[in-house]
Amino acid sequence: MANKLTREQIVSLARLARLKIDDEEVSKYQSELSVILDYIDMLDNIDVSGLEPTYQVTGLQNVFREDVVQKQPTDAGKLLSLTPSKQDRYIKVKRMI
Amino acid sequence: MSWPNISDIVGQACDGVTTARQNVEKSLQIIEEKNPDYNAVVSVCKERALERADYIDSLVKQGKNPGRLAGVTFIAKDNYLVFGSETTASSNMLKGFSAPYQSTAVERLEAEGAICVAKANMDAFAHGGSTENSDFGVTKNPFDSTKVAGGSSGGSAASVALGMVPFALGTDTGGSIRQPASYCGVVGLKPTYGLVSRSGVVAMASSTDVLGPITNNIDDCSIVLDVMSGKDPLDSTSVERDKEAYSILDLGLSGKKIGVISEYFTEGLDSTVRSEVEKTIEILRAKGADIVDIKIPSLPLALAVYYVIVPAELSSNLSRHDGQRYQYSDSTARNLDESYELSRSKGFGAEAKRRIMIGTHVLSSGYYDAYYKKAQTVRTKLINEFNEAFGSVDFLVGPVAPTTAFKIGELVNDPLQMYLMDVMTVAANLVGIPAISIPCGKANGMPVGFQIMTKQKNDRALLAISKSLELELTK
Repeated sequence: MANKLTREQIVSLARLARLKIDDEEVSKYQSELSVILDYIDMLDNIDVSGLEPTYQVTGLQNVFREDVVQKQPTDAGKLLSLTPSKQDRYIKVKRMI
Repeated sequence: MSWPNISDIVGQACDGVTTARQNVEKSLQIIEEKNPDYNAVVSVCKERALERADYIDSLVKQGKNPGRLAGVTFIAKDNYLVFGSETTASSNMLKGFSAPYQSTAVERLEAEGAICVAKANMDAFAHGGSTENSDFGVTKNPFDSTKVAGGSSGGSAASVALGMVPFALGTDTGGSIRQPASYCGVVGLKPTYGLVSRSGVVAMASSTDVLGPITNNIDDCSIVLDVMSGKDPLDSTSVERDKEAYSILDLGLSGKKIGVISEYFTEGLDSTVRSEVEKTIEILRAKGADIVDIKIPSLPLALAVYYVIVPAELSSNLSRHDGQRYQYSDSTARNLDESYELSRSKGFGAEAKRRIMIGTHVLSSGYYDAYYKKAQTVRTKLINEFNEAFGSVDFLVGPVAPTTAFKIGELVNDPLQMYLMDVMTVAANLVGIPAISIPCGKANGMPVGFQIMTKQKNDRALLAISKSLELELTK
């Protein structure tokens, strides 16, 4: 496995992705990610000189609309009713630190 | 128990031969009978469906126009935001989520009188090709319940094959409409990127996600697309639809220029699937189509490109599921950061987490150019090769998947092997072109799909050739 990520790299990735993983999962991701990254390696030696990346496949760029106030079909109360924790019209979260 | 063609269902509802309520009751009854054995459906919208049916029937009674899909029942994949039931993307992360608004596609179908009766099972967040990643159990194949129905729109394809509804809605990010349609012996269309608005559908990979119908035949597929498609202010990547209806088609195979994609006929292709696909190509040739072999040299790279771009985009899209604004939230967390971590770790399943990890890695500082940018550039190479092919042929054909439906559990412990099942479908998503799966025969009793692709925004021609082929295949 040419792309074997270290345990530290896996822990750091999980932290970036806000996933809590245990030691067993670290080992699991080490091997699973390496297999997939090895497969992706086939792109390494492909000659793409003179080519630009494609981010939008139908060629759209900067789709503008008039900047006017529109009535939203979804009311705030319905959205707020979905929140796990709220106080009045605010979403309540745990303390920051 | 099968359904008439959609145009006949509508005709019968408008003439008073049947009622919308009878159609809804029939769908609900078949779901009740068959779902315990196949698990195609994760929830039903019974109350709302019956209310809507009564409304449609009242329009008919008053002599008002009830719409082009009056009284036609359908099932939406569980990642479509729909009223009347939960929208969970078949993930514990969204369990209990009640959509605050509906997807544009469903709004358009409802405006023409169609009625959503249930939500279809899927791989959680559409990650997978077998529905084995659903948090609510696997969907079983209607032709052999020891086998998968395919995925990620496995419940949608199975629901049509089981006769629960005349059509179902799926999403296709890398083959998730076409592959299950192929495994279940039904028609599955992935339209041009942007032809159907993505508004109100749980996002997977925004640059390749496409919505489309799964049906019993091409006529039904065309009429559903006709209603669903078109530009939507709520999705700025949506494109203008054709002015002509998708349901009125110029038939004929004679003189059509068709390329057979050489790269799909390699040793990885099951010989029984190959034989059915080749027989279909011979039918096209016998009816006067001009068949040539076409090489797309970068095609073997498509899956590698796909498995960089898609995890990258989905890891970004799934960051919104943070346990604060809606649905699953871990209550034991002591602070906000821990709340994010615990909610995401417990809410997401193994496959979502695996893909988020890959996506985070390929987008992380120091790797972005080597992986994401490189993949998007190889994507350009692939697009150029397809465009070149479409300079000499109008359509490209081949299999949908290398095998027929595999056994439940056969590939679950080997993520890469599972990913390889997408090898023939991902290119159409990367290139943004329309592609369809049409049932073309059976191999050892299991359905085989035939794939046809064409250039962007040529969806009408794709449906026309599909209909022409269907006429030959069903003779």
